[in-house]
Amino acid sequence: MSATTISEAPALPRLGTLLETAAAWLLALVWVAPLLYAVWAAIHPTGYATRFELLAPLTLSNFAAAWEAAPFGRYFLNTFVLVTMVLVAQFVLCTLAAFAFARAPFRGSGILFGLVLVQLMIMPDILLVENYRTMRALGLVDTILSIGLPYMASAFGIFLLRQTFKQVPKELEEAARVEGCGTLGILLRVYVPLAKPTYLAYGLTSVSYHWNNFLWPLVITNSVETRPLTVGLSVFASTDQGIDWAIISAATLMTSAPLLLGFLLFQRQFVQSFMRAGIK
Amino acid sequence: MPSRTTLHAWLMLTPALVLLIGFTHYPAVATLWHSFFSTPRANRPARFIGAENYLALAEDPVFWQALWNNLIYAGATIPLSIGLSLAMAIWVNGKLSGRTALRIAYCTPTVLPMIAVANLWLFFYTPDYGLLDQITRALFGWGPTNWIGQRETALGAMIAVAVWKEAGFFMIFYLAALQAIPPNLYEAAAIEGASRARVFFRVTLPLLGPTTLFIAVNAVINGFRLVDHIIVMTRGGPDNATALLLTVIYDLGFRFWDTATAAALTVVLLVILALTAAAQFLFAAKRVHYR
Repeated sequence: MSATTISEAPALPRLGTLLETAAAWLLALVWVAPLLYAVWAAIHPTGYATRFELLAPLTLSNFAAAWEAAPFGRYFLNTFVLVTMVLVAQFVLCTLAAFAFARAPFRGSGILFGLVLVQLMIMPDILLVENYRTMRALGLVDTILSIGLPYMASAFGIFLLRQTFKQVPKELEEAARVEGCGTLGILLRVYVPLAKPTYLAYGLTSVSYHWNNFLWPLVITNSVETRPLTVGLSVFASTDQGIDWAIISAATLMTSAPLLLGFLLFQRQFVQSFMRAGIK
Repeated sequence: MPSRTTLHAWLMLTPALVLLIGFTHYPAVATLWHSFFSTPRANRPARFIGAENYLALAEDPVFWQALWNNLIYAGATIPLSIGLSLAMAIWVNGKLSGRTALRIAYCTPTVLPMIAVANLWLFFYTPDYGLLDQITRALFGWGPTNWIGQRETALGAMIAVAVWKEAGFFMIFYLAALQAIPPNLYEAAAIEGASRARVFFRVTLPLLGPTTLFIAVNAVINGFRLVDHIIVMTRGGPDNATALLLTVIYDLGFRFWDTATAAALTVVLLVILALTAAAQFLFAAKRVHYR
């Protein structure tokens, strides 16, 4: 293929590389195809949703129509409140619990940690019926708090932070103690700053999980004031919009845009934070 | 008398434990309890009926169909998503041109809401003028296929969406693990003249053991939990061809308000998850090499 080919031997691996590159790109194409299609359908008049012509006229009216057709502003606000609330609560609760498990072992803490890990396997999503009953007893049905509450103490977060805290050298803690730091001071000044990549990685996972979560919010909410974007979008797409792909695509892009933009801007940090967090 | 540290530990643990117990352990136990009672109705409260809910399930063909569908669904999505994510990670980690673009492409489904992409896939699968039919017509001259409207292809179509959604997320973990493998291991293998396949099976794969276990746990959970797209795209149809355990639980609990049968079905799902957790634990104890 190139002038540097001297012997026959490298020809075979090179063909292999070529095939691999082709496969990698084909897969990538399949992976972005739905997104590309959504962009195509959203920025062209409805008639072009299924006809792919290069010179089709462009329009932004689909976005306006979708925005008008449902209270997306309110849904955005609800999702934003939900995601922020869950993230803050998770950071506080998981940090405290992880620190206790990592650095203050006591009799029975191993068993307790095992009990926490149960949630890795049995997530609140599966216990819909019973959690709904609990929320009704607490009088919380159809509130934003009820969407987030079951996820606030997250076994995944406790597990990740515990692993990270365990890697912090004990000498740092002792030095801080000599300087007169209390337990909480040590946690906030030594452990939390050193665990930044873990917080970033976990935070990103949490935000995208709760931004996208659907089944539990669908069950527990029933009004515009509490519905997050995902539920709002499903209500919108399943009512009379029927088959207007252009408007549905525009609504779909709108609801995913903040996460998608955030991901495109920070994708390098997104992947790197997982590496630094040592999730492996 | 408990020491100061122990007291501190309990203070720090309590808020998380209260919520964990309240929304994971208690509902799991309460589900089991309620599965032995009848569904409370307005004029007659729940009464103990023993295993009747389970017997009703056992006689319900929809249950067996959903169980079987779910096993196929999990059995297909788990290996496919793990295998694809590993291939993606190796490609993105290697020397392919345009790695960054590839990485972004693979990751996009991760950040898109499942409910939003379900709408897009719905169009892909539309008979005749959907994208999939346009492509198969251009390439193979096939006629229109109702991908999600007929029993033969509906479950496969749902599996494809799930794999598409999951693989990029798993790739991130494999990528992180691949970059942590010391390069001198590969240099040593190169000096010994090991083939690429040999390096992969003898160096890379064993070192990815813990990551694979972590991903496998997640893939198993998703095999039973990831049903958003099914609820939107097919509602378990046509003729229960895409009904999974969780979609049936949702239907029973929140469309027919038959909470007792829903509880019994949830117990079945919990038992399946517990069994797979135990199996993975045993497998991991034997096979995974921790560094």
